[in-house]
Amino acid sequence: MTRHTLSVLVENKPGVLTRVAGLFARRSFNIHSLAVGPTEIPEISRITVVVDVDALPLEQVTKQLNKLVNVIKIVELEEKGSVQRELLLVKVRADAASRSGVLEIVSLFRAHVVDVVPDAVTIEVTGGPEKLKALLVALEPYGIREIVQSGTVAIGRGARSITDRALERVGRSA
Amino acid sequence: MSQGPTPAAPRAVPTPRTAIPTPPSTQAVAPVEVTGAESIVRSLEQVGVEVVFGIPGGAILPTYDPLMDSTKLRHILVRHEQGAGHAAEGYASATGKVGVCMATSGPGATNLVTPIADAHMDSVPLVAITGQVGESLIGTDAFQEADIVGITMPITKHNFLVTDPAEIPRVITEAFHIASTGRPGPVLVDIAKSAMQTTTSFSWPHEVTLPGYHPVTKPHSKQIREAARLLATARRPVLYVGGGVIRSRAAAELRRLVDLSGAPVVTTLMARGALPDSHPQHLGMPGMHGTVPAVLALQKADLIVALGARFDDRVTGKLSTFAPHATIVHADIDPAEIGKNRTADVPIVGDLREVVTDLVPALETEHAQHGKPDLAAWWHQVDDWRETYPLGYTETEDGLLAPQYVIERVGELTGPEGIYVAGVGQHQMWAAQFIRFERPNAWLNSGGLGTMGYSVPAAMGAKVGEPDRTVWSIDGDGCFQMTNQELATCAINEIPIKVAVVNNSSLGMVRQWQTLFYESRYSNTDLHTGHGTKRIPDFVKMAEAYGCVGLRCESPAEVDDTIKKALEIDDQPVVVDFTVSRDAMVWPMVAAGVSNDEIQYARGISPTWDRED
Repeated sequence: MTRHTLSVLVENKPGVLTRVAGLFARRSFNIHSLAVGPTEIPEISRITVVVDVDALPLEQVTKQLNKLVNVIKIVELEEKGSVQRELLLVKVRADAASRSGVLEIVSLFRAHVVDVVPDAVTIEVTGGPEKLKALLVALEPYGIREIVQSGTVAIGRGARSITDRALERVGRSA
Repeated sequence: MSQGPTPAAPRAVPTPRTAIPTPPSTQAVAPVEVTGAESIVRSLEQVGVEVVFGIPGGAILPTYDPLMDSTKLRHILVRHEQGAGHAAEGYASATGKVGVCMATSGPGATNLVTPIADAHMDSVPLVAITGQVGESLIGTDAFQEADIVGITMPITKHNFLVTDPAEIPRVITEAFHIASTGRPGPVLVDIAKSAMQTTTSFSWPHEVTLPGYHPVTKPHSKQIREAARLLATARRPVLYVGGGVIRSRAAAELRRLVDLSGAPVVTTLMARGALPDSHPQHLGMPGMHGTVPAVLALQKADLIVALGARFDDRVTGKLSTFAPHATIVHADIDPAEIGKNRTADVPIVGDLREVVTDLVPALETEHAQHGKPDLAAWWHQVDDWRETYPLGYTETEDGLLAPQYVIERVGELTGPEGIYVAGVGQHQMWAAQFIRFERPNAWLNSGGLGTMGYSVPAAMGAKVGEPDRTVWSIDGDGCFQMTNQELATCAINEIPIKVAVVNNSSLGMVRQWQTLFYESRYSNTDLHTGHGTKRIPDFVKMAEAYGCVGLRCESPAEVDDTIKKALEIDDQPVVVDFTVSRDAMVWPMVAAGVSNDEIQYARGISPTWDRED
């Protein structure tokens, strides 16, 4: 099994996420992470889904996804040719004695403190999975109280836009 | 440092404009004020619907009021929503038009689930209109509320929930477009009762705006040339014809390709009739209960050209040992079918009629350049199998009727212009084997889902669509008891179908498996409907109670006369209770999960053939 990142352009309509998620569930594909958001085109949303799957079943699920009427386009983003980021918010124990140590880690990881109370700080950081994992390891000794993490979002490197090509395709068939 | 270029302003999505073939009856309508319910009825009229099968109920009630006044829509009141769904399927499969069924919310809608799943598996163009509770009640567990859009998501090609009445004409346009184009399939339109009761504007036509829906119909010419080259050079080619050829109306084109190629042909359960059974190159049906020549030809082939077929497990047997030496050309309109079960060496995505139409001249070019391939040795082998292992059956040991004989005679005496609609089980396999099909759309059955109870309502739908044809429901006693309430619909609406109940007093196919694989321990397969039982129910009396003619036939001498009598009655449905032997079995057979190499011609008899090379 290898990890694949798919960008799925869909119509911004109710129930589309259910259709996409349902397909993965039926084929027993483990969704590692999922992120949904708007694009520069109001009628199109973008789902970034990271799955653990072999190449052949991935081809089948991509074809099945393409059969969904609301799915406009699917692109696999290779790790090398794309920028992939996750957002992490983590709440760490930090009192007067330990706060400076925590803040040093925050600075090393180019993270930000977004909330401070006398006995804790909340830290925001973005990055790839390795960076986030390393930050959590560094913070572990201080006492992690709560973690919330977004799914991966990913974009291809270079000038080309996948929505551009999606629109070309829409245009051609007109 | 520069902040980079200003981000571009959001662009509007260009609206794809797909031309919809407009039925001749439809006319442009300038906006008029109507209720949502009227908008539904007018939209159905405008897309060319002639018949709707359905049952009213609370949430769909507003739509049934204007439906009563429609002069273009014939509504047929069924007795169970499953019957409406299968009737719409039968109508669609016999005519090639989109079948339409209608039901209310909650239990009405969930009763449509089986026929919708059936249509999804067999690529039947179907539109189901369901009422939904009022918009303000959705999600509150209201009376007769069910999330039918959620329930049918995995078994529809697409579905819609409509709460805004202004969307009704566009959604219905899109539903019919999706159901009937590309790989056909079922589309469900769930409409809130509140939308039916609200005043809205109706106009026609509406454009389809589906930016994610673009079925590829034109095959790639390079792939066509490659397929033709392989077909012109293969030594042991087989054309593996599936239901896609029927759905794409490609039978005439197929005939030209078959004649030109000279190759043996097999037609799957869904494709019976795509090539006439009388054609000399036709080896019959492949698969679990296929003919020995059809199964062995695929096993020994060096080239399989799959046309609108999907390498179903009932055809391939154990997949890893299926046709081990064959190069695969796979043509289908659905890209997801290609490479799903068996890797394709030459994938062709396209409408089968276009694929086959393009293949003919490409193959002619190959023949002109390189001559026709010499298939004499291959045909010598295939003919040897045909001669040694023809389809057949033995006399029964209990003296009761042989079911195969009954079905064979129904086919003989009715002829190729009839329509034959089977249920699921032994009788279905015997009908596929022993009726000679000479034209497409003469054979209707539930192939993929295997829905017992399909036959009677589907036959009813077929008869509505093709009133001038004789329509036989060939049913089993188990299947018949699942949906025979539609006999009432047939009798009252003057839909004179004929039902041949092949009554072996048991769930015959299950019983066959119990005989073969469970040491003849007949757990829960005895139905007590046949010879020497209390006959509960008595099908003849039951037919009469439903306003049909009931006939019984118990001996070979009566078979022809009984069938002729049934054929003479054309103003009433007829049910014939053929009491047959329960010990008859379907042969040949490849046991489930076993290699096709292990095909048995009859119990314990395997064909002798060279398995090694």
